[in-house]
Amino acid sequence: MDDAPGDKRCSMADAVAALVPDGSAVACGLALEAAIPFAFTHELIRQRRTGLTLIGPIADAVFDQLIGAGCVDEVEAAWVGNVTTGSGYCFRRAVEQGRPRPLLVRQHSNLTILVALQAAATGVPYLPTRTALGSDIATDHDGFAEVACPFTGARLLAVRAVRPDVAVVHVQRADAHGNAQAWGNLGVSVEAIGAARTVIVVAEEIVPTAVVRAEPDRTLVPGALVAAVVEEPGGTHPAPLPGVREHDPAAYTAYAEASATEDGFARWLDTHVLAVADRRAYRARFADA
Amino acid sequence: MPEPANRRELMVACAAREIRDGDVVFVGMRLPLLAFALATATHAPRALGLFENGIMRDSPPAAPVVTMSDGPNHEGALLTGPMSRVMALLAAGRVDAGFLGGAQVDRHGNLNTTRIGPADAPAVRLPGSGGGADIASAARRLLLVMAHEPRRFVRRVDHRTSPAYGDGRGWRARAGLPPLESVTLITTRAVMRATEESDGFTLASVHAGEDARAVAADTPFGGPPPPDDVPPTTEPDAATLAAIRGLDPQRFWTGAA
Repeated sequence: MDDAPGDKRCSMADAVAALVPDGSAVACGLALEAAIPFAFTHELIRQRRTGLTLIGPIADAVFDQLIGAGCVDEVEAAWVGNVTTGSGYCFRRAVEQGRPRPLLVRQHSNLTILVALQAAATGVPYLPTRTALGSDIATDHDGFAEVACPFTGARLLAVRAVRPDVAVVHVQRADAHGNAQAWGNLGVSVEAIGAARTVIVVAEEIVPTAVVRAEPDRTLVPGALVAAVVEEPGGTHPAPLPGVREHDPAAYTAYAEASATEDGFARWLDTHVLAVADRRAYRARFADA
Repeated sequence: MPEPANRRELMVACAAREIRDGDVVFVGMRLPLLAFALATATHAPRALGLFENGIMRDSPPAAPVVTMSDGPNHEGALLTGPMSRVMALLAAGRVDAGFLGGAQVDRHGNLNTTRIGPADAPAVRLPGSGGGADIASAARRLLLVMAHEPRRFVRRVDHRTSPAYGDGRGWRARAGLPPLESVTLITTRAVMRATEESDGFTLASVHAGEDARAVAADTPFGGPPPPDDVPPTTEPDAATLAAIRGLDPQRFWTGAA
């Protein structure tokens, strides 16, 4: 990190090494298909993190990659797959065959994971909803319990708070202190940032604080709540970043084809992650648009 | 004389008909997205579309989109922001119609997008609910768009990811869920409808060239036989068909079916 007071900039490798130990509960992919911090998750894989719990709504290919790489013990999510093509093959192998390692899945809907994060963000042990009552989601794991409303007696589903150790967001811009601004579809980014013990901001560009102050309605999180800010242009590829970069569906299709077999996934991982030093090198090879 | 509608185009037209002007619609991807776009371009210009990533829009995207977070779904939107905005509308009962699909649907409209086979040894792990369970829990009408493959239509889903009429009449109220007006199942061969009172799906129409008994035989819900007078599905008129082809010019979603 820089010596200037309050300067939270660091490299992705340093952020992962310092802030995301083995066994962490990591929330990412929070805006759904957009703004996925692939540069961050690829660094997790390169540093061979293990025992992670992944938290998110619909994780477009990113959870599948981490699962296939053997980094993950648990997933707490509404959807795990590849939005462009459908199934996540690494996720399937983990659940169906226990390969490369067994996976515990705590199934959610989009609204229940939102509510679970909101509960943690507001400091209560649970929040009630009516969604998913009577479904098999509601009895899938111990994060849900049916309760009676103390005012009306109505049946409600209590959703236990989910508190990530780390939430990671890729934003359009941030200053050196981590004051981060994002726009477009945000998914559950706000709730996850509020719930997490540690927030890592990955920024498409670093801007002067005056830029943030000029449009404070765009601020996703103030720097005081951010542990580190990583400048990583192109860090979401192949996911889109609203106003900056378009979705690259061909990359998702190629990933689906490669990851259909364990060997194919291993080759994909080697080419796209393990043999790539960092995001700059990745961009030069795969996303030099 | 344009080429007649293929089955996917017919499904889009059927789904669009289920959207009323002024409806708030929870839109999915693929054919549902096209159906919503078609409805706004034809009979329902005041319908509002919600996307669970946090987008609201009332007009078709200017270019094809693969996911709801792609650039063209942002351009021309009315609102982009957090998921909580759209999920609150849904959960509060303000969504008129919601689109869903799944690997399995049962005779009460419940959907499975979680797994095929038993919990302790699933043959196939599917991606999961996404927003499906939320839509089924709270939208007033459900619109299911699915390929007509007999293995998808079952007496009881292996996992009830998204609950429609649950075990049948009266179940939703007992479970604590709000009322559900209807479930319309649009397949590659027919349109079926279920309500709280109907106790299962009934054939509303069969597509051109289909026989109602043959369709029923390939729809193994275990319900009663079809009525004798199932009408044919109304074909889209020339203007509607032209609108569908304008929305999917490369026939990315509506080709080859």
